[in-house]
Amino acid sequence: MDIAVFTLAEQLILTLAALMLFTSFLLLAQTRLLTLIHIFALQGGLLCATTLLIAFTYGRHHLLISAALTLGLKVFFIPIQLQKLVTHLDIKREVEVVGNPTFIMLGGAALVLFSYYAVLPIRELSMLATRNTIAVSLAIILLGMLLIISRRKAVVQVVGFMCMENGLMFAAISATHGMPMVVEMGVALDVLVAAILFGIFFFQIRTEFGSLDVDKLNRLKEVD
Amino acid sequence: MSAWILAIVQTVLLLLLAPLLSGWVKWVKCKMQCRRGPAPWQPYRDLAKLMRKEVVLAEHASPLFRATPYLVFSVTALACSVVPAFTLGLPTAAMADVIVLVGFFALGRFFLSLAGMDIGTAFGGMGASREVTISSLAEPAMLLAIFTLSMTFASTNLNTMVHFTLTEPFQIHPSFIFSGLSLLLVATAECGRIPIDNPATHLELTMVHEAMILEYSGRHLALLEWASMLKMLIFGVLITNLFIPWGVAQTSGFIPCSVGALSMMAKLMGIGALLAVSESVLAKMRLFRAPEFLSLAFILSLLGMLSHVVLEVH
Repeated sequence: MDIAVFTLAEQLILTLAALMLFTSFLLLAQTRLLTLIHIFALQGGLLCATTLLIAFTYGRHHLLISAALTLGLKVFFIPIQLQKLVTHLDIKREVEVVGNPTFIMLGGAALVLFSYYAVLPIRELSMLATRNTIAVSLAIILLGMLLIISRRKAVVQVVGFMCMENGLMFAAISATHGMPMVVEMGVALDVLVAAILFGIFFFQIRTEFGSLDVDKLNRLKEVD
Repeated sequence: MSAWILAIVQTVLLLLLAPLLSGWVKWVKCKMQCRRGPAPWQPYRDLAKLMRKEVVLAEHASPLFRATPYLVFSVTALACSVVPAFTLGLPTAAMADVIVLVGFFALGRFFLSLAGMDIGTAFGGMGASREVTISSLAEPAMLLAIFTLSMTFASTNLNTMVHFTLTEPFQIHPSFIFSGLSLLLVATAECGRIPIDNPATHLELTMVHEAMILEYSGRHLALLEWASMLKMLIFGVLITNLFIPWGVAQTSGFIPCSVGALSMMAKLMGIGALLAVSESVLAKMRLFRAPEFLSLAFILSLLGMLSHVVLEVH
């Protein structure tokens, strides 16, 4: 009804926001590691598409650099690195879900509702047409957190962390047309370093405990 | 008066097209799997043959068992007349909205599962219990998807819904993507297509729909087969016309109506080919994974509704 007041480009941005939310739910539902990483790459691709769309629609050309960073890091570099790790550690097929998948999905839907109500006052402050996407970005962040909580495998938790970061970037791009370039570069570098560090940690955890199950880290105290 | 004639023409056309759609899906599937496959009009021959054959009834069959094929077929045929297939403004469409349509399907399914249990063989009861389990999960997802659509259209009448999209300028609704996907998943479950049920199998442990109608023969079986083909056609028409209504005639002239009919056939061929591709790519799920599949459909509908509220309303 009310969507008619937006231009076609804005409607497309809203659709991309909805699709990003959907990929977050797919991440929650997915139980295979390689597919999980592919969905994460898809989410990065959607983020990149949104950035490009906003850069061209509103003439914010510095967002092009941000889009290139997203494309390089989140669509190609990090997923490929994670995929190599998974192949190398030979854990292609194992993921366990804590609790009932349907309940987790319904919890995710509840998180979306919560974030909608949480950002209602913030929405009033923005004058942009795409301010409705703030709720979606908060939901993506919370869903990333839910992914971290609901899984035991370290690789999935890293994907959850990156998913949260995707949500933050999406909020910055769609609600305020991007952060200052320095901040964006810094965040991109942080994510890159984090991805590499996580890779090293995976090997460490694996050699120490013989598994990537983070629940086994708790048993340290009981050794002596 | 001419509107009523048009309604009858539409119903008869859909009745006649249903076997062709089912044959088309089978044909595309065979081509994809590098098999020769029967011609697309094979279902007509099958139906004609079944019509000629003698009806074999079990000794303990009650009148309900004999009445069910006629009941299921007439309910499905009635559902046919409600859906705006190639033209708008049919008097039948004003009688029933989309919730009644869901109710028609539920009514048919109710009698079918009763008939499955009527004879007292193990397969009938097993099939009925599975069918009811699946549909009790599929129905909420379908209704939620429909409610999401009707929140945008401000109506549950199919005629108004299709008319709305045709007359408004082109808009992209995020919620439509989710509702559309959800309806596709629900349709595969409701029509007993591959991830949920395999229409081609008579393997005891996996069949759902086939198990219920195992005891039927002759013209009874023909009517039930025809009704299930018709149901698939109705879902195809419903989904294509709700989301891509362009081509549907808005006036009742001869030329707009024939354009509408042609575009409807093209859309049905498209969605049939899509079904054939997905059936070739996917494997049938274990029965106990069906709730996961349908809960995905439900989550999609829920996301559609949420994205309508969050993104589309000011």
